Amino acid sequence: MADTSGKQIILRVKRGGAGKEARWEEFALPYKPNMNVISCLMEVQRNPVTRDGAKTTPVAWEQSCLEEVCGSCTMYVNGKIRQACTALIDKLEQPVVLEPMSKFPLVRDLVVDRHSMFENLKRVKAWIPIDGTYDLGPGPRESQAAQQAEYVMSTCMTCGCCVESCPQVNSASAFVGPAILNQVRRFNMHPTGKLNAAERTRALMGKGGVQECGKAQNCVKVCPKEIPLTSSIAVMERETVKQAIKDFFSRGDGDATGSA
Amino acid sequence: MADAAVKGRFAVVGGGLAGLMTVIKLAEAGQHVDVFSIVPVKRSHSVCAQGGINGAVNTKGEGDHPDIHVRDTLRSGDFLLEQVAVKGMCYAAPGIIYLLDRMGVPFNRTAFAGATTGQQLLYALDEQVRRYEAEGKVTKHEFWEFLGIVRDEGGPCRGLVAMNLHTMEVKSFAADAVCLASGGPGIVFGRSTNSTINTGTAAASVYRDGAIYANGEFIQVHPTAIPGEDKLRLMSESVRGEGGRVWVPSDGGMDERSKTQRPPKGEPWYFLETWYPKYKNLVPRDVGTREIFHVCRDLKLGIDGKDAVYLDVTHIPAKTLDAKLKGVLELYEKFQGVDPRYQPMKIFPAMHYSMGGLWVDIEGDSNNLPVPGSPRNQSTNIPGLYAAGECDYAYHGANRLGANSLLSCIYAGMITGPAMVSYAKNAASTEGSTALLDREEKRWKERFAGIQKMQGNENPYGLARELGDLMTENMTVVRYNDRLTKALERIKELKQRWQNINVLDTAVGTTNQPLSFVNQLWNMLELAHVMTQGALLRDECRGAHYKPDHNLPVPSHRDPTQDPVWMAKWKERNDKWLKFTKATWTAEGPKITYEPVKFPVLEPEPRWYA
Repeated sequence: MADTSGKQIILRVKRGGAGKEARWEEFALPYKPNMNVISCLMEVQRNPVTRDGAKTTPVAWEQSCLEEVCGSCTMYVNGKIRQACTALIDKLEQPVVLEPMSKFPLVRDLVVDRHSMFENLKRVKAWIPIDGTYDLGPGPRESQAAQQAEYVMSTCMTCGCCVESCPQVNSASAFVGPAILNQVRRFNMHPTGKLNAAERTRALMGKGGVQECGKAQNCVKVCPKEIPLTSSIAVMERETVKQAIKDFFSRGDGDATGSA
Repeated sequence: MADAAVKGRFAVVGGGLAGLMTVIKLAEAGQHVDVFSIVPVKRSHSVCAQGGINGAVNTKGEGDHPDIHVRDTLRSGDFLLEQVAVKGMCYAAPGIIYLLDRMGVPFNRTAFAGATTGQQLLYALDEQVRRYEAEGKVTKHEFWEFLGIVRDEGGPCRGLVAMNLHTMEVKSFAADAVCLASGGPGIVFGRSTNSTINTGTAAASVYRDGAIYANGEFIQVHPTAIPGEDKLRLMSESVRGEGGRVWVPSDGGMDERSKTQRPPKGEPWYFLETWYPKYKNLVPRDVGTREIFHVCRDLKLGIDGKDAVYLDVTHIPAKTLDAKLKGVLELYEKFQGVDPRYQPMKIFPAMHYSMGGLWVDIEGDSNNLPVPGSPRNQSTNIPGLYAAGECDYAYHGANRLGANSLLSCIYAGMITGPAMVSYAKNAASTEGSTALLDREEKRWKERFAGIQKMQGNENPYGLARELGDLMTENMTVVRYNDRLTKALERIKELKQRWQNINVLDTAVGTTNQPLSFVNQLWNMLELAHVMTQGALLRDECRGAHYKPDHNLPVPSHRDPTQDPVWMAKWKERNDKWLKFTKATWTAEGPKITYEPVKFPVLEPEPRWYA
């Protein structure tokens, strides 16, 4: 094993609160093998002193599972949007630069408010409408292939990487972003979920809907779960067109699809 | 809510499987629910569960039956379980699996949703709750931390006080009943397989306010986890199953136990193969855990003198590994940055699950199943305060059966919701509790104003690490009374040092993580005290609680029932210790009492693991 005594990690963190000018702080931390960005931030908590020896506050960031299944610790690491828990120091250029997501309101330091993503899941009715939790036996049968496809799509942890990377999501747009479109596709595929497919699809037709995708294809590259986001978007583009035509010819017939 | 027709307002703390299921049951009954969670509920720790979910679904006519599940669960927990609750859970399990199927969990009909079962199940419940939220039946308070209950002096729970973690605003909320579904206390052990949010702070807070904490000393340790500076990540047991070999670099010394010479210095010493020539690396979980711990802690032969041994699959062809263990090995590579197909993995046992938690009542019927809708079900000893999920004590006893955790969380939630509604129907109105709510809100505001002024020289995160190291050292794999006595002294000393903490951050009106953490740390110290005290007093081996100085002798027969002398000792041990540990807060430390376990479903059976 290489001698790593005395080796340091330089962490450069963009800090500050909402509405305040950001400042940069650098930390010099003792190197240990197998560190990730989270363990560096934990080291700062135990010794909140900058590289220049000035006392500061621990960095604020979000974290929970540290296994890349909860989506909490999303941030920019060396300019790349990702989860900080899988960002291994040995694989990163130094200094390691940390910045908060930019497409969501800043709370403080690396903490942003991703509430809008969960609100958008409400808007598109991202659920299977079931008739209560009473003992009603199994659900409808599905093919293995359909289950497999839904499984991949259902692993979305609402981390926001896709939204962050999308040029169409900006202060001038209401675009719901790739994750939400993928959720609509997933629920519309399910035998029970299909019952509300028309409603979900219509929710993607207005302002902020699927037509606002600009085909940059950044989303699919940054998704930590390798969800086929661009193909989900393509499917929803087709579905919204079909739904628009259907709705045009059934005007006045009322809506037979019902609601959840 | 004396009038049954009047809709109630309920509060649920925690948005994992247990909390969300409780919410769904309350909303389904037409009630309004406020959910409090320190993270968006979709990010709760339930997402981490990798195993499956048990349930005797009998899809292929394999003759599976809930009674078999009941027996396995009770045996695994060494009979220190609430038997009526367990029976209810196992009988409800097939229905729960079908329910999740209807909710859209992509089960492949073997009650298993890929390697991410927990994530799949949590999302299914999260989606149903979102539906109720859209209908206005549920109000989510995400990034709100539960601080404490609001309680009439010695009387019922009337609501709670919580803190907004984005603004640090402290506010009280009235509720007809409150359910704590706040998960486990892994962070008391510093690093564990738990999420960083699992500090146990909510459970500790209600313990401080009079709720009984039961079986706190029962902590499950997972034998193989990936050591990390930030957390210990679960490494599946399937690696040993597929032929993984466990070793440490030899020091070239003499092995006293086997009276053999260890290999030359630096060469692999396969200690399990030396000590267990028959089972080799396939020794049972507990044995593997203890021996790995022994090699690192007592023999000081861990890799580079640290807490780690090698789990080696490099002798297995990469092709075979890819077919059998791909997902698991990829996880290792993702977090360690090395390919385990060509470099041995480093692993160490890790704190994984707390069987103990808040004591709850269960009302049994003539079939020894929980009475549907009984207000007693999942109720703590504080009227109007309920507990469900890892933070309750009822379902796992001395050791949790694999794949029962997700099930116990969902089941507990299913019976807690109706219990809360029944309770509120008969409880006195919460009207007039405004003064009480205001008083408690003020008390918590003062508490945080006090913490805000703490400018001592102890770093709270450093103190937490000391606590974690202490608990991992003394309260995980092996327990000795002399060490536990010292650990208790250390905990008391840490409590003293807490008084001299520096809050590190005086920001107001925005997120201030150290401010919240300093309060949590106190609660972690309280729980550590409960766990360690319980462990010190319990002079026996039962499930995960292993005290070599108080073990039964080896029976003279493979079937211990054939050894009358041993059976007498076993019976004597059960008469003394087959009791729930119940801790009640006092200013001097936990007061421990014992409640004999009842066996309406199955009488205890002797077991001996050779």
